[in-house]
Amino acid sequence: MATATLPASDPTIIEFDVRTDEMLVNMGPQHPSTHGVLRLVLRTDGEVISEVIPHLGYLHRCAEKIGENVTPIQYIPYTDRMDYLAGMNMNLAYSMAVEKLCQMKLPEKAQVVRVIIAEMGRIASHLVGMGAYGLDLGTFSPFLYAFREREMILDLFEEVCGARLTYSYITIGGVHDDLPDGWVDRCQKFIDYLKPRIEEYHTLLTRNQIFIKRTANLGIMSKETALSYGCTGPVLRGSLDARKGDVAWDLRKIEPYSGYETYDFKAIIPPFPEAPREAVLGDAWHRFYVRMLEVLEAIKIVEQGLRRYRPLREEGDKLRAEFDRKQNMLSAEEKKKEEAALNAEFKTKYSHRLAPPTHLPAGEAYMETEAPRGQMGFYVVARPAKDAVPLRVRARSSCFCNLSVTNEICKGCLIADIPAIVGSLDFVMGEVDR
Amino acid sequence: MTSADIISALEKQFSDKIKGKKADALDPWVVVEAGDLFAVCQFLKNDPALRFDQLNCITGVDYLEIDPKKVAKAGFEPHLEVVYHFSSFVHKHRFVVKVMLPRWKDDKAGELPEVPSVASLWGTADWHERETYDLCGVRFTGHPDLTRILLSEDWEGYPLRKDYEFPLEYHGIRGR
Repeated sequence: MATATLPASDPTIIEFDVRTDEMLVNMGPQHPSTHGVLRLVLRTDGEVISEVIPHLGYLHRCAEKIGENVTPIQYIPYTDRMDYLAGMNMNLAYSMAVEKLCQMKLPEKAQVVRVIIAEMGRIASHLVGMGAYGLDLGTFSPFLYAFREREMILDLFEEVCGARLTYSYITIGGVHDDLPDGWVDRCQKFIDYLKPRIEEYHTLLTRNQIFIKRTANLGIMSKETALSYGCTGPVLRGSLDARKGDVAWDLRKIEPYSGYETYDFKAIIPPFPEAPREAVLGDAWHRFYVRMLEVLEAIKIVEQGLRRYRPLREEGDKLRAEFDRKQNMLSAEEKKKEEAALNAEFKTKYSHRLAPPTHLPAGEAYMETEAPRGQMGFYVVARPAKDAVPLRVRARSSCFCNLSVTNEICKGCLIADIPAIVGSLDFVMGEVDR
Repeated sequence: MTSADIISALEKQFSDKIKGKKADALDPWVVVEAGDLFAVCQFLKNDPALRFDQLNCITGVDYLEIDPKKVAKAGFEPHLEVVYHFSSFVHKHRFVVKVMLPRWKDDKAGELPEVPSVASLWGTADWHERETYDLCGVRFTGHPDLTRILLSEDWEGYPLRKDYEFPLEYHGIRGR
């Protein structure tokens, strides 16, 4: 026989012999790194992923259908339960949509309180984002520190509205109650406490060599992909590049609402000169770092808000006291006139809440706000006939879009990298499924 | 570009294919036929002056009054709308396009009305169209994988239709 048989010890034969079949691996819905109940079906060849198919809906609670059956004020508590890590920002998004439909103009104080609260919510949300991301990658301590800080924000929120997770504080026409006495000082104290701590997180995570190895150059998303899939918030901003002339896409800057245009802050986009050598634009590390820097910007906004709130509160109280003092000396007619003037002034400046609309004007409004996880949009369609209940409420979820990009950015990575990539998208399933 | 400019640009390009418009709405919109939707979307995305590179949201609205006492004063004829919200990263403007559909194709209950899919233009459309199919009952022709996304695969009916009735039981679980 002419065919020569190679000796069995030849390594090339073994390599030809071992074939790995394609395999479908289920990850979730109870996997800890899927941040809730998300099922990822991974099509793998050995360790390498060729496709990721997310299956959602485990947390679907018919939020949009409920919206068709209740008035906007009644719907506010349901918005809390969408992104339950940033309930305040969800309240704000829905309130803004209804106010746009009703064309309400809010008093200055209500807007200032909203900005303070929304930015505090952003800090709390990003802290969880950071801590939980560490947890995904196997480091436990940042999570504990993040929750220690978040706890203080929750205490402050509890003072404001009595709830720790589902606030329903920001509501149609303003905020439910004014800030309690001394809250501003306690908030400022917290901010002073938090500021130096951020640097500690950078040493714990951002500049940690293990963390960089796990996140840098991983899950790279181009700007075009991000835009096509409707990614927003830190997920989009991590892929932009100021050197190429990209605008910092942050709705607080692009389409300012609630008076954000008057605050001094930066919308964060790369490049970051301090980025580690391994990090590539649009990778998991960049998305994480954008969030970290946004906490600092949020702190700046809160501080400015607190400085604005103090005089507004004092002036309002003074005007009210003045009126109370002299009202007994006025004739009925004068009193009526003065009271109307006072009320008008409160409506434009010193009040924390306007009376909510009794019914919705015919028409429809789509409003997006910059929630911590991206652009949260609400689309409210009112009935043409006079009615307090909208015909349709649509919640455009930022996480829903951010999650849809998973398959695109996970192709070709290893199974062990899935938590690192998916975690960097920082989604909350409550908002994805609604 | 202001929304009036966008509308006139569309009218110039598509003339009588723009079936309706509302320039003074809070979010100005135009109406197109389902058959022309893809061409309009392509124009919106690729025209250098418009450049709508983000599709923010697709949704369906079911216009139907189920309360017999209110039907006369409802102010609309029963129909289904599919609403597309666009925005542009480059030009920072927004726009809305609507498609008006019958509630059921050829008025045969159970036959879903059809709209061409725009998933090949924007990645967002993939999941949003699946969601609209799932909840509002609109068939997007040409979609790569039009399956339910939020509800389970064997769910019956389209919950965001106004005449939807919650099932009595689902796999032995009592519904209502």
